[in-house]
Amino acid sequence: MNRRHPLASFCFYAMLIGGALIMLLPLAWMLLTSLKTYPEILSQPPAWLPADPQWENYRTVWDGFAYYRLFLNSCFVSGMVIAGTVLTCCPAAYAFAYCEVRHKALLFALLLSTLMLPAQVTVIPLFKAFAALGWVDTYLPLIVPAWLGGNVFGIFLLRQFFLTIPKSFIEAARLDGASEWTILWRLIVPMSLPAVLTVVIFTFLWSWNDLFNPLIYLQSEELVTLPVGLLYFIARAEQLTGGSIGQQPWHLVMTLATVMILPVIVVFAIVQRRFVEGVAAGGVKG
Amino acid sequence: MNIRRADQFTFWLFAGPALAGFVAFSLWPMLYSLWLSFCQYEVISPPRFIGLRNYIHLFYYDAAFWPSVKVTLMFTLVQVPLSIIAALAFALLLNQPVRARGFWRAIYFLPSILPQAAYAVIFGYIFQGDGGLLNRLLALVGIEGQPWTMSSDWALPVLIAMSLWAFGYPMVIFLAGLQNVPRELHEAAHIDGAGAGARFRHITLPLLSPVMFFNLIMGVIAALKVFDLAYAFSVTQNMPPGGPARATLFYGLNLYQQAFGFFHMGLASAMAWLLFLFVMVVTVINFRFSRRWVHYEN
Repeated sequence: MNRRHPLASFCFYAMLIGGALIMLLPLAWMLLTSLKTYPEILSQPPAWLPADPQWENYRTVWDGFAYYRLFLNSCFVSGMVIAGTVLTCCPAAYAFAYCEVRHKALLFALLLSTLMLPAQVTVIPLFKAFAALGWVDTYLPLIVPAWLGGNVFGIFLLRQFFLTIPKSFIEAARLDGASEWTILWRLIVPMSLPAVLTVVIFTFLWSWNDLFNPLIYLQSEELVTLPVGLLYFIARAEQLTGGSIGQQPWHLVMTLATVMILPVIVVFAIVQRRFVEGVAAGGVKG
Repeated sequence: MNIRRADQFTFWLFAGPALAGFVAFSLWPMLYSLWLSFCQYEVISPPRFIGLRNYIHLFYYDAAFWPSVKVTLMFTLVQVPLSIIAALAFALLLNQPVRARGFWRAIYFLPSILPQAAYAVIFGYIFQGDGGLLNRLLALVGIEGQPWTMSSDWALPVLIAMSLWAFGYPMVIFLAGLQNVPRELHEAAHIDGAGAGARFRHITLPLLSPVMFFNLIMGVIAALKVFDLAYAFSVTQNMPPGGPARATLFYGLNLYQQAFGFFHMGLASAMAWLLFLFVMVVTVINFRFSRRWVHYEN
């Protein structure tokens, strides 16, 4: 079983490497385009490779179009969402894992059922409520739900992990006089770091990549996050270039896309093994 | 007795925020949007009850409703099977003995975690009619290109193609499922003279059916809710959302337009509830059918 025919081996590696190149091709084209000059974009057909890599494009985008501002906005929103998710999902998962109360299973099923609920169903009433509170065009509609256990999937994942910890640990800590709050943060969470990390990464991806919610709740250009900012930039460039797609400053658009994608790749490169295993575990058990 | 009291207190203290969030951000808006779906509500004046008129309007008079249903269903019917096949194929490939499996797995997984808005922008440039990368590659082998993104025949296939890069989640779940297939079964069948095809068909596939089912459900639900990809694509191509000629008017995009473009919030609420009901019906049907083909151990 383990020894392969050389031809089979060749086909295997050809498919593996060919597939990987196809997966990476869009990203490579994005990066190459981001290093070109505007004339290179406009020439017919556009240049394959940048003659002289234009790293200044990144400075132009960063300072000239104040993209550092949008980058910081995205960091702030994601950071607040992650903090709220961890601070409220861990206790909720603990409560559903270890506390004996009536109707607990029913409450948990209700909570989980919201995973089926499309965001489109809740967005109109929420928009109306947030508008009445004067929260539209602030970060509150993006952040506050996370501080109230908004990531139900996270609660589910953490609870699954907490349940694998023997109850005797908790009972021993209770006998030592530790409060439930202390047990959660000093004992259970440190023992569950892989699960907590998976939840943090999921929350980061969800919040950093989200277009739908920022598009609805944010209007001021200096408040928007990167995905919305990217589309604003494209729309404005279209006006300047008279709506011709061929005249778009694609080199700068791709520079923006790179700035937006890079943090995701960096985070993924650091934690990919654990994260991918977390995904697999969630799927196979669920 | 004391412990039970303490449990009550801890439970409500710890789960309280999440349960409050459930009421405030899921339960209440869900019920309120059901009520709004029976109202005329255009933001300027308070909601006014009009019975079933939103639903009747959608079914019989609205020009965009059925086209958006059609686009979404076509996308779902093509994209979900293709992405499951791709995920399974690459999971089988990565399940072979290979050096640095983690590295390859990471590369195949990467496109799935990147922002869909950025993907729509990059692919919009690749598929662009004049000077796009695809047309230039085709020209190298002597095929004349198309204005892919501007053609109402090609725009939806283009969106399906770009979404096929993101099969990482089902792939990883298949991979974990494959690792649960006992080796002895394969070896026994091999000794009995079963070829690779027969072993795949009679051992691997039945044992994978539970994860196949999970991937199918998740894939269908995600496909019915597509928004970011389609919206960003329209902006990139300098088209009104859903262009050209409603060829990419996904249901979620149409709903967004009705609610936040035209402020027909009552009508959009009716659309939201129809989507919700449809998601539930599809999930129930999937579960029903699953008894025929999903094989659970024990």
